[in-house]
Amino acid sequence: MYVAVKGGERAIENAHRLLAHERRGDREVAEISLPQIAEQLSLGVDRVMTEGSLYDRELAALAIKQARGDLIEAIFLVRAFRATLPRFGATEPVDTGTMQVRRRISSTFKDIPGGQVLGPTFDYTHRLLDPQLAEVGAPDAPAASEPLTAMPRVTDILGRDGLIEPSPEVDADAAVGDLTREPLNFPAERDLRLQNLARADEGFLLALGYSTQRGYGRTHPFAGEIRFGEVEVEFLAEDAGFAVPLGAIAMTECQMVNQFKGSATEAPCFTRGYGLAFGQSERKTMSMALVDRSLRARELAEEIKAPAQDEEFVMSHSDNVQATGFVEHLKLPHYVDFQSELGLLRKLRAEFFTAAGAEPLKEAAE
Amino acid sequence: MGATVEDAIRVQRKAAMSVLAHADGDAIARCLGAIDLPAHTDLREPENGLVMVRGRIGGDGAPFNLGEATVSRAAVRLATGEVGFGYTLGRDLEKARMIALCDAMVQSRALADSVEAKVLAPLRAAMLADRARKSAEAAATRVDFYTMVRGEG
Repeated sequence: MYVAVKGGERAIENAHRLLAHERRGDREVAEISLPQIAEQLSLGVDRVMTEGSLYDRELAALAIKQARGDLIEAIFLVRAFRATLPRFGATEPVDTGTMQVRRRISSTFKDIPGGQVLGPTFDYTHRLLDPQLAEVGAPDAPAASEPLTAMPRVTDILGRDGLIEPSPEVDADAAVGDLTREPLNFPAERDLRLQNLARADEGFLLALGYSTQRGYGRTHPFAGEIRFGEVEVEFLAEDAGFAVPLGAIAMTECQMVNQFKGSATEAPCFTRGYGLAFGQSERKTMSMALVDRSLRARELAEEIKAPAQDEEFVMSHSDNVQATGFVEHLKLPHYVDFQSELGLLRKLRAEFFTAAGAEPLKEAAE
Repeated sequence: MGATVEDAIRVQRKAAMSVLAHADGDAIARCLGAIDLPAHTDLREPENGLVMVRGRIGGDGAPFNLGEATVSRAAVRLATGEVGFGYTLGRDLEKARMIALCDAMVQSRALADSVEAKVLAPLRAAMLADRARKSAEAAATRVDFYTMVRGEG
């Protein structure tokens, strides 16, 4: 148990002043600006927005600067900020089928309507450090060709032939679960699970997704489609009386196509896992889709025996702000707690030595 | 008939709002500088807030909560009575107010044409050019994979 302690105000104030000094680093070096972070460390910004659960590039950039590049600390700052603003409501569900695509690939079909579009990707780079980037210089302007045509979702194409299960239907009577408003209860439905996974730590989901590939709840996945680009967002404004456009949000979507199921009454078809995140967050959405699928074990009557299939385990440990809060609170003063444990230990040791007929050693710390 | 006219105006207002929401606050301000602004008052002071952004399970299924986004909103009333609403992603309060003002002007017979010509048309052209450029850049990365047949020879 953590017990509040008094004192140390001067030391704390000076520690924060030292922190600000260290954050700035060598004052001979130019200070980093928020647009520089937002533009040039954009994937870090995307991660902070996704796991901070707040789409605002400028605030995420500020959080990264304040946190000295510690992304979990930045996510913590963003989460704390969102508690300071009122919520006007929820947007209309976005339609990723109308995404202004900047990248779109499928590992299941090479010839998909609209084509395979690599976009800005690390794929096929050689992962060799580039010494040219150590110097300041402008890269070549991007190549251009005839603009893209319509990009139907690969899962929609498979769905036309009944080869893949349909998405769960909209239930107009069911409220959309929101874990920022109600505490988690188990079993949790898929809407809540996806909200949890969308905010979840990328590293945690990556490890869990990897574990399913290695046999801990295997689901035989294929990346049916990954797309990244801008999606229009609308909000039903009560004062205006209709759904008003808010602008566009950059998002990544991953559709995993997984091993089929079937029964005496239902024809076999592929099953699916789904991932969606703010910005260009490919590793995150792929991991999310793997874990979404493995967490459907209960629904698909699969044997639950691996961590990635256990929704209580996954959802209770996926949030890095909660996790870091509980792990890091161990460094706060626990003096009183520790003193009582110490007293108990000394008593037990004394009893042990008396029972053994030995002379207890003089405790050094006494 | 009345409903049809109302629907047409609503479509027009949504289209205008979409163009404005995509534009920078500075760009809107520059365009509005070319117009004699009508007398108006704030019906709702610009304010910041959040919306919960929703996705759909599988892309086309039941909705779920993805995460929040910052938004700004405002409402203005022209001296001639038209009420306009401004909503946009982000925390630019002045942008929300300008969108509300434009929305009110779009509904005014006297002002709609000049808003279209001086504000919406140039911003729409910039938005479409930006989209076309991004689409063309992405299109240049389109590949044709060909499958190597395994086990031959």
